Amino acid sequence: MKILVPIKRVIDFNVNIRVRDDGTGVETDNVKMSMNPFDEIAVEEALKLREAGVAEEVVVVSVGVEKAQDVLRTSLAMGADRAILVKTSDDVEPLNVAKILKAIVGQEHPQLVLLGKQAIDNDANQVAQMLSALLNWGQATFASDIDISGTKVRVSREVDAGLQTIEVNLPAVISVDLRLNTPRYATLPNVMKAKRKPLDIKTPEDFAVDVSLRHTILETLPPAARKGGVVVANVDELVDKLKNQAGVI
Amino acid sequence: MGRGLLLAEHDNMALNEATLRSVTAALQIGDVDILVAGDNCADVASAASQIRGVGKVLLAQGEVFEHQLAESVADLILELAEPYETIVAPATTSGKNILPRVAALLDVAQISEIVEIVSKDTFIRPVYAGNALQKLRSNETKKVITIRYSSFDMAETGSGVPVENVDSSVANSKSAFISEAKSQSDQVDLVSARVIVSGGRAFGSKEKFDELLRPLAARLNAAIGASRAAVDAGFSPNDTQVGQTGKVVAPDLYIAIGISGAIQHLAGMKESKVIVAINSDEDAPIHANADYVLIADLFDAVPELTAKL
Ligand SMILES: Cc1cc2nc3c(=O)[nH]c(=O)nc-3n(C[C@H](O)[C@H](O)[C@H](O)COP(=O)(O)OP(=O)(O)OC[C@H]3O[C@@H](n4cnc5c(N)ncnc54)[C@H](O)[C@@H]3O)c2cc1C
Repeated sequence: MKILVPIKRVIDFNVNIRVRDDGTGVETDNVKMSMNPFDEIAVEEALKLREAGVAEEVVVVSVGVEKAQDVLRTSLAMGADRAILVKTSDDVEPLNVAKILKAIVGQEHPQLVLLGKQAIDNDANQVAQMLSALLNWGQATFASDIDISGTKVRVSREVDAGLQTIEVNLPAVISVDLRLNTPRYATLPNVMKAKRKPLDIKTPEDFAVDVSLRHTILETLPPAARKGGVVVANVDELVDKLKNQAGVI
Repeated sequence: MGRGLLLAEHDNMALNEATLRSVTAALQIGDVDILVAGDNCADVASAASQIRGVGKVLLAQGEVFEHQLAESVADLILELAEPYETIVAPATTSGKNILPRVAALLDVAQISEIVEIVSKDTFIRPVYAGNALQKLRSNETKKVITIRYSSFDMAETGSGVPVENVDSSVANSKSAFISEAKSQSDQVDLVSARVIVSGGRAFGSKEKFDELLRPLAARLNAAIGASRAAVDAGFSPNDTQVGQTGKVVAPDLYIAIGISGAIQHLAGMKESKVIVAINSDEDAPIHANADYVLIADLFDAVPELTAKL
């Protein structure tokens, strides 16, 4: 079985986001970029499945700018076999990412697509579900446990009420949540090796996907800032403030 | 004004508050009908029919909808979508699971987790864990939208509109429900709670987490929340996680105890009316977002607070 893992390059989760003064977006100059943390978990899970003999090949793909090669190389260094970059100039909407991925699935014939449940930049949480719908495949989102046997996959899902377990037939699209695993680090020798692994570069036109935008972003604004807190001296003062000043208890 | 179809959040027994909050948002976009999809859930439909402002309630019942699997409910919505200009769902895990599927099959770019409606086609949604707000205009003729319902008040109830049964030919051969492990239902629901006491890594063990937080929560009639670190360490169940990838809450009072205030945590609780931080580190980032800060060891402060309330 082949596993396809779509990954995204995003601003590193540790960076303090700053909205540009002119409202055109967030500052990306000289800002550390990394693989979307959820996607790292998807790569790790795919590698584990290969190591367990369930899968033979792990192909990573990113739809994004030229520089997204960096995160593809990172996943090759983690152990993925091969990478594909679909080069786009700017932010592509999730629907169009899903359409490009569908076309890649048509060429690569994976039995499983594993990807992060959301990207921490746009927080959209859409691509996995859209891809699954376009392929008319089974869907399991927010996975915290994945168990494949034969043509069926049992997935524990993190849902509002607790944990839900479902079974989907392969081929399927599974989006992963944080508690599925802890991604490995790439060792230095593997980083060197990754440089020689194949990385194909494509464009949306290669797949006849129109990536024109359906939404117009009018403005990006900073959130309302909260005033810094009043330090209270002790528990008595806290209780008094909550009762008599804030009136919340 | 265009008509909207809102997917109700429920567990076949009761209508979830997320639905009432989402109705408030949806009514700002246009008229609203509600779809209740489930099994043996006529009570839910009748509760939905009491929401003021709603046009009618569509009720689709059947085994195939019992657990609201994404494939089944998305196909159902597609059967019903034609007359509707907007398809809306609360951004619960269920809404997030189902709606992008609907959007893709309608060839529509979805707008996720709106917090404000500027006009019929312009919305505000948080990005980057709430560190930026995006104002965007949708150029789609049909719109598919999820709602961050903690940002909206509950719609009022009282009227009573018709419930229509819908027949559907949906079948699902792709996925099946196996089981569900729900967390203890004796506790106050997190998203609807007026007060939340939330614990972090600093509690050190599940025993201490429960021993200290439960009495405090009971005293305040509060729900218990947790940071990711506390959930990962097994102190608290996954559905209590507050943050970018957990639940987004906006109670009147949020007490963050032994939580540092990482941006991913702040993303889930920054909109709370009053925030209290109890932390031994005077430089913890949470303080910049708190109204009241108590610099103290939680193992002393929490029992004392419980006793003095
Ligand atoms: C993609 C991604 C998504 C994430 N999503 C979420 C999310 O949804 N929600 C979330 O919470 N996190 C999330 N995180 C994790 C987040 O970055 C932090 O790691 C996490 O919130 C830290 O939890 P904490 O504050 O409990 O632990 P810590 O950061 O370790 O903080 C513990 C705090 O306790 C204080 N303390 C220690 N001892 C005591 C004592 N005796 N008395 C009082 N105070 C004490 C310390 O001073 C410190 O401030 C996410 C991370 C990533 C990468």
